[in-house]
Amino acid sequence: MGHILTEQQKELKELVRSFAVNEVKPHIKELDEKGEFPMELLKQAFEMGLHCLEIPEEYGGSGLDYQTTAVIFEELAKVDAGFAISLVTTFVALRSVIMAGNDAQKKLFADIIIPGAFGAFCLTEPNAGSDAGSIRATAVRDGDEYVINGSKCFITNGSVADVFVVFASTDRSKGVKGLSAFIVERSREGISVGKHEDKMGLRLSNTCDVAFSDVRVPVSHRLGEEGTGFTTAMNTLNISRAFVGTLAVGICQAAIDECVKYAKERVQFGKPIIEFQAVQMILADMEIQTEAARQLVHHSMVLMDQGKPVVKEGSITKCFCGDTVVRVTTDAVQIFGGYGVSKEYPVEKLMRDSKVFQIFEGTNQIQRLVIAKELAK
Amino acid sequence: MKIIVLAKQTFDTEAKLSLDNNGKIDGQGVKLIMNPYDEFAVEEGLRIKEKTNGEVTVISVDKEQDQDALRQAIAMGADEAVMVVPGDVELDEYATATILAKVISKMEYDIILGGFRAIDDGSCQVAGRVAESLNIPVVNMITEIKIENGKAQATRDIEGGSEVIEVKLPAVFTAQKGLNEPRYPSMKGIMKARKKPVKIIRLGELGLVEDQIAAKVKPVSYTLAEPRKAGQVIQDEPAKAVSQAVKLILEKVKVVV
Ligand SMILES: Cc1cc2nc3c(=O)[nH]c(=O)nc-3n(C[C@H](O)[C@H](O)[C@H](O)COP(=O)(O)OP(=O)(O)OC[C@H]3O[C@@H](n4cnc5c(N)ncnc54)[C@H](O)[C@@H]3O)c2cc1C
Repeated sequence: MGHILTEQQKELKELVRSFAVNEVKPHIKELDEKGEFPMELLKQAFEMGLHCLEIPEEYGGSGLDYQTTAVIFEELAKVDAGFAISLVTTFVALRSVIMAGNDAQKKLFADIIIPGAFGAFCLTEPNAGSDAGSIRATAVRDGDEYVINGSKCFITNGSVADVFVVFASTDRSKGVKGLSAFIVERSREGISVGKHEDKMGLRLSNTCDVAFSDVRVPVSHRLGEEGTGFTTAMNTLNISRAFVGTLAVGICQAAIDECVKYAKERVQFGKPIIEFQAVQMILADMEIQTEAARQLVHHSMVLMDQGKPVVKEGSITKCFCGDTVVRVTTDAVQIFGGYGVSKEYPVEKLMRDSKVFQIFEGTNQIQRLVIAKELAK
Repeated sequence: MKIIVLAKQTFDTEAKLSLDNNGKIDGQGVKLIMNPYDEFAVEEGLRIKEKTNGEVTVISVDKEQDQDALRQAIAMGADEAVMVVPGDVELDEYATATILAKVISKMEYDIILGGFRAIDDGSCQVAGRVAESLNIPVVNMITEIKIENGKAQATRDIEGGSEVIEVKLPAVFTAQKGLNEPRYPSMKGIMKARKKPVKIIRLGELGLVEDQIAAKVKPVSYTLAEPRKAGQVIQDEPAKAVSQAVKLILEKVKVVV
């Protein structure tokens, strides 16, 4: 199934599958119910190096290409997308550093992550969601330092990250062109973590408010020139959108696997429900949509590995995968009938996990705006 | 500290077995895994390596292409992997142990680890025979091992409790379940294992001729276990169903109470 994998990809995928299925899966139900962050399991993932996949080799990581990383994350997301996103989010922050940072900054970031840590990407604010350009956080230059003030919300890994990439305005008068990006270590004074969102899905992931109050960072922590922050954020999101897609595909595949198993076992009118054409049609559509989504992800990854721009492709991928995962998991609940909505069965969780894929990393409305804008160029 | 681990590949525990036309076990398309008890041995070897700044060499006797277990050991952190390829001869425990002892006798070693049994043939003989050939002690089925000043203290389960045995090194130890929890290979380990060549040794290079490893036992025939028969469902009120079930158990299954 899916695209053709290299021998190395197959081996890595098999390892991650066995870890996810044997170690993580048995705890998912309880962790999801409690909305608990699986720190111990993630530490095991650190030991396997799952937090360093995308860090370039020269900074001590595995330096895997995007295609391979995507294969690995689809496999993790099949077991729990929230678990996967805690690891993926470190790479979102990393990508800003890789794209806009200098050698010392890349080393600074990698040295914090490699021993076993999370990163976080702090863009969204209470009044700046889709309209990310309107953020109010400020970074004021004071000699060799910047003083950062502002309040971020919906920050994945907010309370567990050891390092943040923070977007703030260095020149209010310039609007989006006045935004800049900074590396901020968690150990700096003035950072406080606020309320943790009690979410309907991705309940194993940590999402919180993070407030910066007179947080001082050296000028050397600024990524790129002043005023390039918005471009850095958008370039980062372009890449990250395709990864959101890969997690969505993982959830879709989990839904299909559960449904096929259930439909073979569940007997009504004297036969397994998989023998009813109406059920077969739903299953086939789930498979068609999922496979198409997977191929879009793969296409984006190939382009990204070649260093080609993916403004449109990233948005298409994210949007299609986000819509697909909501549809496929809703159909999965349908196939399970009444048991589909029961927490005793696995698919209601998949449906709860799916919804946010139409929202974060830019809502699917915003993705459509991006695609249309590219068309109109 | 030089650590040697003996490891082999076995059929996956979930594999469905069948016999081929010659009545032999059909290995076609069956997924192979590292024998789980050998995995404990590899893990323990790595832990000793980490504590003593040592070196782990994993040795297997198998077909040249069946290197997955060795690669897994490298991915977990082993330093060297050696595959002895006996060619087209049928091996028994004596033959395998003779080959292994010969390879090991040409190497430096302080400690040799292996699984106490392989889950396929389950004969529990190879490690013990290797120790015998090398004329060193063997402690079987250990659940803990501590190494100090050229000696090892190994704990093993015995009826109703456990026993601690002290032996001088070099010695052979076989791993029982409970010794440790084997680690998952790391991503970097897997990439390293793909690049690292497995050292291949052929019988001739060892100075062994086929006669010296002629099997002393030969399997005569194989039979598959009878498939489990379908159970019987008793449908009645709970109280009546229970008494019927008890009756069946006493009469048909003939359980002695
Ligand atoms: C679980 C989770 C994790 C997240 N993690 C992070 C993170 O790590 N870092 C981070 O910075 N952010 C994160 N976010 C924030 C996320 O990116 C935003 O929620 C998202 O961009 C939408 O912003 P908003 O919630 O303010 O919605 P709004 O922007 O208020 O949108 C509300 C609705 O209006 C629509 N809308 C808005 N503008 C337009 C328009 N111009 N045209 C058409 N429709 C429009 C939207 O599509 C949406 O339907 C996370 C969010 C969630 C839920």
